[in-house]
Amino acid sequence: MSNSAEPNTFSSDQVRRLASLVRIDLTPAEVEEFRTELASILSHIDALSEIDTEGVPPTNNGADLLNVQAVDASRPALPRDAVLANAPQREDEYFRVHAVLDQS
Amino acid sequence: MTANTSEGGALNDLHDLHDLTLAEARQRLLDGDLSSRSLTQAHLDRIAQTEPDVGAFVTVTADEALEQADAADALIASGDIPSPLTGLPIALKDVLMTQGTRTTAGSRMLDSLIPPYDATVVAKLRAAGAVSLGKTNMDEFAMGSSTEHSAWHPTSNPWDLERVPGGSSGGSAAAVAARQCLGSLGSDTGGSIRQPASFCGVVGLKPTYGRVSRYGLIAFASSLDQIGPFTRSVEDAALLLQEIAGPDPLDSTCYDVPVPDFSGQLERGLDGMRIAAPQEFFSDGMDDDVAEAMETALELLASNGAEIDRTPTMPTVPMALPVYYILAPSECSANLARFDGVKYGYGARGGESMWSDMEATRGHGFGREVKRRILLGAYALSAGYYDAYYLQAQKVRTLIRREFDRVFAEHDLIVAPTAPTVAFKRGAITDPYQMYLNDIFTIPANIAGLPAISVPGGFGAGGMPVGLQLVGPRLDEATVLQAASAYERLAGWPTAPGG
Repeated sequence: MSNSAEPNTFSSDQVRRLASLVRIDLTPAEVEEFRTELASILSHIDALSEIDTEGVPPTNNGADLLNVQAVDASRPALPRDAVLANAPQREDEYFRVHAVLDQS
Repeated sequence: MTANTSEGGALNDLHDLHDLTLAEARQRLLDGDLSSRSLTQAHLDRIAQTEPDVGAFVTVTADEALEQADAADALIASGDIPSPLTGLPIALKDVLMTQGTRTTAGSRMLDSLIPPYDATVVAKLRAAGAVSLGKTNMDEFAMGSSTEHSAWHPTSNPWDLERVPGGSSGGSAAAVAARQCLGSLGSDTGGSIRQPASFCGVVGLKPTYGRVSRYGLIAFASSLDQIGPFTRSVEDAALLLQEIAGPDPLDSTCYDVPVPDFSGQLERGLDGMRIAAPQEFFSDGMDDDVAEAMETALELLASNGAEIDRTPTMPTVPMALPVYYILAPSECSANLARFDGVKYGYGARGGESMWSDMEATRGHGFGREVKRRILLGAYALSAGYYDAYYLQAQKVRTLIRREFDRVFAEHDLIVAPTAPTVAFKRGAITDPYQMYLNDIFTIPANIAGLPAISVPGGFGAGGMPVGLQLVGPRLDEATVLQAASAYERLAGWPTAPGG
């Protein structure tokens, strides 16, 4: 296991990198809090590495269902206005966002 | 038992309509000696009177409720056969999409979301004639065990207003205990129905994963989430489950199997029932008052026909908590990626790029507990850690499921405490992992996808309720309900303060 050799520690840079991966702005105070909290939580979770799972298949879902097929039929879509009414910003029939592509 | 009377005087001012079960209220509506309008109005009055103390609701839909009540009364007067829940006032956890009614999941992120469709369970309750009183408070995105982590306000425990109601479905549990409604729906990912049911002294049922459609449930951890009822009797839990269970073409993880009559064997009792009390559920971490209540409950079961077997061991079950705190955050980090400030909900604007707007949206929109779990999940899924954390957790999940299968090969049910303690004081637990330990006895049933119920199981420190948990084999809610109903009749604990 990659983590059993060393105690769980997080650097501020690691927390900031995780936050950038999941696109969340953190305040410096939050970075500091999460640094210690994540390390503490992981120290409890590390016991998992001691369980022998040689040859054990992973469980991927909650039910034991495989290859569930849907009926191939069209059904009404949601009303456009009711959907767009929840948009933080809209323009006509579109969701309005900041320009995605660099215009230069 | 009385609620904290210095603050909670309004809680003790009860009308006889507030003490009805769903089944009793239905009978009175059919007999014609009660209208849905007066029943609904009595509960709206109760909500108005007690909400300043309890804070169980995020949104109360009084006008719509009275319209639905009038429609129910018209239907009954017309002589048509009413649906099973016609005219009965219930409440819905604010994580369930309700067409036209604000749905927040307890988060600033969804401050202003008006869903354009109903969750399948909501559509089914509407079709069954139920009257919805509104949306109940919860920990943000169903992440928490105390309902202190709602973006709006904390909810209080009706038995003692200084204590938490449990969580994350704390509003749904408190509303039933405070008699603000006859029943409610919650969701349970690691105990979020059963633990608040235990803390609030009511009945809470998590059905088998896949028994109830999750379409329109705002997702937290999709392999674990399940919707279920809160009620003041086991019979009522069976009634509500009957209406929400069944296959749904909109949820491919829902079992396409017949739905049995859940009320059919409630009277059968405990004779010959083999109930395992595995050692791992009765060892570490339980407070003495809970342990005493459990001993009394086990003796009662044993002296009334059940065969209690304390020998089974489930050595991997203590790993359910670490497994959960890998899998649930991992799934939530993926599920909550949809909150990007573009299509619905809160959206920050004015940053220098689309990415900075998105980061600001999520930085402001999510609360601390949600951010912590998204970060933890992203870590567990990241390159270099995936095998050690996520994949290992999925494998240990398989081992835990096998241990349950082994016990159920020789037993009908498993009995356990619902929670290791009674409800704690608001603000008493600040360390995240200490809070997570609340769910140590409930998480295993989610990991294995099994049906489990919490029923009132006596009282502990401070006169606070203790919950007794019964776990059954996959899709065998009927046996869980049968044993729970038998225990309920034998024990006769009150299911609401002052009851």
